[in-house]
Amino acid sequence: MTEFLTVSVLLATLASAIRLATPFLLAALGETLSQRSGVLNLGVEGVMLLGAYGAYYATLRTDSVVLGVLVSLVVGGVMGIAYGVVTLALKAEQGISGIGIFIFGLGLSDLLFQKQVGTPTPIDGLGDVAVPLLGDLPLVGEVLFHQNILVYVAFLLVPALWFVMNRTPFGLNVRAVGETPEAADSLGVSVNRTRYITIFAGNAMAGLAGGALALELGIFQQNLTNGHGFIAIALVYFGAWRPTGVMAGAMVFGLVSATVLQWKTLGIVVGTTASIVGMFPAVLTILVLVLVSRRTGQPSALTRPFQRGH
Amino acid sequence: MLLVLGANPLSGYAALIDGAFGSTKNLANSALKAMPLLLVGAGISVAFRTGVINIGGEGQIIAGAILATLVVLAVPDLPRFLLLPLAFLFGAIGGAIWGGMAGTLKSYAGVNEILSTIMLNIIAVQIMNLLLRGPLMDPGEIEKGSRIPHTERLSTNADLPILPGGTRLHLGVVVAVLMAVVCYVVLFRTTQGLRLRASGHNPFASLYAGMSVKRNVVLAFMYSGAMCGMAGVTLVFGSEGHRLATDGGATTFTGAAGFNGIVAALFGGLHPLWTIPASFLFGALLVGANALQRAVQVPAALILALNGLVVVFVVGSIQARLRLAQAAARMSERDDDPGAEAAGSDSAPKGADPP
Repeated sequence: MTEFLTVSVLLATLASAIRLATPFLLAALGETLSQRSGVLNLGVEGVMLLGAYGAYYATLRTDSVVLGVLVSLVVGGVMGIAYGVVTLALKAEQGISGIGIFIFGLGLSDLLFQKQVGTPTPIDGLGDVAVPLLGDLPLVGEVLFHQNILVYVAFLLVPALWFVMNRTPFGLNVRAVGETPEAADSLGVSVNRTRYITIFAGNAMAGLAGGALALELGIFQQNLTNGHGFIAIALVYFGAWRPTGVMAGAMVFGLVSATVLQWKTLGIVVGTTASIVGMFPAVLTILVLVLVSRRTGQPSALTRPFQRGH
Repeated sequence: MLLVLGANPLSGYAALIDGAFGSTKNLANSALKAMPLLLVGAGISVAFRTGVINIGGEGQIIAGAILATLVVLAVPDLPRFLLLPLAFLFGAIGGAIWGGMAGTLKSYAGVNEILSTIMLNIIAVQIMNLLLRGPLMDPGEIEKGSRIPHTERLSTNADLPILPGGTRLHLGVVVAVLMAVVCYVVLFRTTQGLRLRASGHNPFASLYAGMSVKRNVVLAFMYSGAMCGMAGVTLVFGSEGHRLATDGGATTFTGAAGFNGIVAALFGGLHPLWTIPASFLFGALLVGANALQRAVQVPAALILALNGLVVVFVVGSIQARLRLAQAAARMSERDDDPGAEAAGSDSAPKGADPP
């Protein structure tokens, strides 16, 4: 335990916490967007898996990380359109269709991996980019500003999403559609068009989150995400549907994951104790959900399909 | 989908169908694959009809399997007619505890059951890995130093007896069908079943009628979990190795039955009896998929992907049909009370309506 409590190791853990928080953050911000418009997207996990596989496969075949990132975005977007058709046009029950998407993603990503790759081959992940000036700061620079590009994108999306939601007409429409779609509709806001956009963007972010995870780990395997997507949904509740709250939650989970990883590397946890620390994120998620259950602020029209004339 | 994967779809499907139905042996294998799906699916029907979405089948299967394994390890010398029922009993208890936790969290702590069941799945897998790499590991493996994470060969008195007929069919299949019938009776022929369904159909009305919806939710979860736990028992004591084993992955000895059972239940219209043929169909798909894998080298994970699509289509078509019916009702009731149709759509259960 003493080897864990040194400045350099703690700093490295912190830096890795920020990296590991990124997939949670991207997926949870996307989920926040779609939930604010009244659509519960439970398929995040499946979309993440497909995005992760897409990014992994594209990078493996072309050695281009950029292409990998793009593929994960596209995969997420396509799944978003599909989910939009199912929940908006067909008005399918959102909870169960989300589970369908999850099972589909779990199966398809494994299928494609076995068929196209077979043996796990590591890929080079995203390289670190040092921010000029800020990266030169002692300690802080090393931890915060020597990260890969997706980390910056994810954390910059926090103020960006806040701005869009609270300071733009589109954000107002999203919130109106999520609270009282009937009123928004009567004022000429297209409920379904707004929701298509949020679902599309939200799923693209979920796909990107999967890509970020695959490129961070540099590997793909069956069920790579292992609950990441569902934890991201829990983070939306934890963050009370606000981007900053979601970011705080993502950091908590990033820290837990990074600590577990560091302990494994240092040999503090070995063998059977690894299973115990492997439960941490899941146990923490349940505790978090218990703590925030009394929290209000859930969009009133969440999971309710919109139909004119009711 | 097969075309995209670069395989000949015709020979692929021929292999699939032959693999699933081609001979008595293949039919029996399909039934064996269907067995856990049926147990899970019939239990899931109870949960869904009570208005809760239980996707914790995986965790509940594992919890049941662990508890039953512990019991059999503790009293291996009991005669079979005592040991087997005991294993099923404790399997059901283990599953019910694991399911009951999700139900309690939902009812008394307001935790979304979908998220909690997924997390409980992860926790159950880790507990199993912990036990199988630690205290429950086969002493023989430790001696050899190979340290494969599985238990010793469990007591032969707990083997599910093979049914006559020269196939691998064992008693578990009979238990599964019996339990599906029990689910049907409980759900549709008892007061408690009516209470559960009422809670799912309209929780507010049920509350005003003096029922405890919260209690019903916990009960439904325990019931559903108990069924999954029994599925775990059939999977362990009906397996070829007759031991509890893990590969350290996410879907271990369960073969994703906790998820595939949901698909079978939805396909069977959330009716325990209709889940019997639905499970057989999906069991056949699973067996056929293995044949497909050998014939045209398409991984069997194809079936999980297809099942996901089935869920989406079933749910999508349920709501579409519901709306058509509502539209028809509106046309005929146009002169009647206009409030009736609004009430009708509000009480539409969460996609849990039989087709």
